[in-house]
Amino acid sequence: MFAVEKKILSWHLVLACVALSIGTLFGPLQALEHMGVNLYPALQVIGIQSYYQGLTLHGVLNALVWTTFFITGFLMYVMVKTLNTPLSKPGLSWAGFYVMVVGLVMAAIPLLLNQASILYTMYPPLQAPWYYYLGLTLFVVGSWVSGWSMLATFLGWRKQNPGKTVPFMAMAGMITMVLWQICTLGIASEILGLILPWTFGLYGMDSQLARTLFWFTGHPLVYFWLLPAYVSWYGMMPKQSGGKLFSEPLARFAFWLFLILSTPLGFHHQYLDPGVPAVWKFLHAALTYAVFFPSMLTAFNVIASMENGGRARGGKGLFGWLLTLPWTDPSWTTQALAMIIFSLGGVGGLINASYNVNLVVHNTAWVPGHLHLTVGSGVTLTFMGILYWLIPHLTGKALWSKKLALWQAWSWFVGMLIFSRGMHWIGLLGAPRRTMLGVALGNYGSADWRVPTLMTGIGGLILFVSATLFFIEVIMSAYFSKEKAEVEMPVAEPLHAEVIPAWLNNWQPWLVGTVVLIVVAYAPMLIQLISQAQFTSPGFKVW
Amino acid sequence: MIHIHKYEKWWIGLTILMLVAFATLVGVAAFSKGFQVPEPWMRVDPNTVKDSGAFSDANLGLHELAPGKYEAYLLAQSSPWRFYPSELSIPVGSTVTFYVTSVDVQHGFRIQDTNINLQILPGQVSKATYTFEKAGEFPYVCGEYCGVGHQGMFGKIVVK
Repeated sequence: MFAVEKKILSWHLVLACVALSIGTLFGPLQALEHMGVNLYPALQVIGIQSYYQGLTLHGVLNALVWTTFFITGFLMYVMVKTLNTPLSKPGLSWAGFYVMVVGLVMAAIPLLLNQASILYTMYPPLQAPWYYYLGLTLFVVGSWVSGWSMLATFLGWRKQNPGKTVPFMAMAGMITMVLWQICTLGIASEILGLILPWTFGLYGMDSQLARTLFWFTGHPLVYFWLLPAYVSWYGMMPKQSGGKLFSEPLARFAFWLFLILSTPLGFHHQYLDPGVPAVWKFLHAALTYAVFFPSMLTAFNVIASMENGGRARGGKGLFGWLLTLPWTDPSWTTQALAMIIFSLGGVGGLINASYNVNLVVHNTAWVPGHLHLTVGSGVTLTFMGILYWLIPHLTGKALWSKKLALWQAWSWFVGMLIFSRGMHWIGLLGAPRRTMLGVALGNYGSADWRVPTLMTGIGGLILFVSATLFFIEVIMSAYFSKEKAEVEMPVAEPLHAEVIPAWLNNWQPWLVGTVVLIVVAYAPMLIQLISQAQFTSPGFKVW
Repeated sequence: MIHIHKYEKWWIGLTILMLVAFATLVGVAAFSKGFQVPEPWMRVDPNTVKDSGAFSDANLGLHELAPGKYEAYLLAQSSPWRFYPSELSIPVGSTVTFYVTSVDVQHGFRIQDTNINLQILPGQVSKATYTFEKAGEFPYVCGEYCGVGHQGMFGKIVVK
């Protein structure tokens, strides 16, 4: 059963892993540069012209391509499995996949030719060729089409099962894809309305308006990365822990809150922007605190579920249940370590969100330090952990080496803690983000930078080893594993058999809430920015 | 209604208390004590901004408005990557209001060891005020990627 869906998923995973394998290659090069060892000149023979071209590839391939391919494939598969119904229009999922591939190729060519070294935020008036932006657009549109295929299946199931509660993971996956459709309207209007006409020379650029549209998508983007990890933490890990989901209704409630609260807070990325009044920034700061609320619900719920598992496995006492958890299971361990790192990222995120406190850390190395705890570990390490059951599930063969997978998870954990500690530290010392810090140190840095930059270098090297172990494990498990194994998708049961109330099973109030909050938080400022826009800037290629 | 465990209710209560406390603290610090984020100041045309007026060559740099009170106009530029001017000298205890804009791409303007941190956009003038109570050298550095020379884009304030 689900042969077609498995095939679609597998192709998504292959491209996700290919993107990650190229993207992560550059990570250690950046970390080493900070330490004073710049290997980029040696890469000119393969056409990588600069640190910043490598940095762009690292950001685009890891944060956008790896995540989006993984997520669209994974959520589709989780939905059909939990609804126990095949895709109603598998052709639509294939179409979405092909559009994503075409978009990726269009964007990859200028990236590799050093024509689009504008980092993944692509702030105008840095200007790449038009086909780069069109490629990115197609990539996003492809993921929309995959989402429509999920929606068609979802609606079909609801029609056939009137009044029935949608299984948790199917609902959570659908909410994530709907959030993605809504929030990407920002970047779609930035590219189609501002950037493409500007690359054709039709009019100039207003950078403030472009930034605002970008961050309309930019923050919910991190929830698009994160929510699939939460699907696993809520919906699968309790089962893998040997327990049950502590509170299913609150898990659903958290997802609905993420739907309505993820988008109307983009100005917290723009606290320093000259063109946005402080009061709007403060409103978005308050809403950012609000979205911390479902994150705290999640922290309690997933940990309580693990405790339930640990106790079911014989753990006693206040903390004894921690020891009886399945630390020998690579999939579980990898995700548990991801959670620990992510909780640190959450604390840092609260600091970033804190309005004037943000002045201390904005545009410093603190921020990529934070990003590597969240998307670089909370999300990426979770996805790796998911692959440790998903690949055997798809191939029918056991994981090639459990031991190797466990080494991979722990080395990522240790490497990331060292790397990220260095980045946070040097950021507090004033080192800017996205900068060749090895060079900057000689320009305006100080001796205080030496230890933290050394930590980023060492952490980066450990992460490189870990990534290598990951790809060995993936390739060996996918293609060379001999031992037969039947691995089922873990699906956690709720601890209490409760009737889910209608308000948690009904889209309408939440969609209305989403639209209302977006209008309140964005419409007046967007109207002002558009009506007062000055399309003055030409494009610049300064790399 | 849904069943919520006693401990989870406590956790929810604690979360709400914490978030309200944080929002109140930063709000009071910002709107009543003056620890504010940048606000809109004025628009300019990045293509002509250096030809005349506040950001013309003749006017860039420091102007003393009153004893110990200065304003400083700075331009940020890529290729070559630098701030104009690249050095400012002031006496200890001076209060300086900075006005910064870009002639090309986006930049940043962060004065090390202070809370002055600005996003610099072409077409917008960013503004911030700071009082330098300590003697020393304070580099100001570009905080936003602005091309391959970004790491070399800085200047310094000498406080004597």
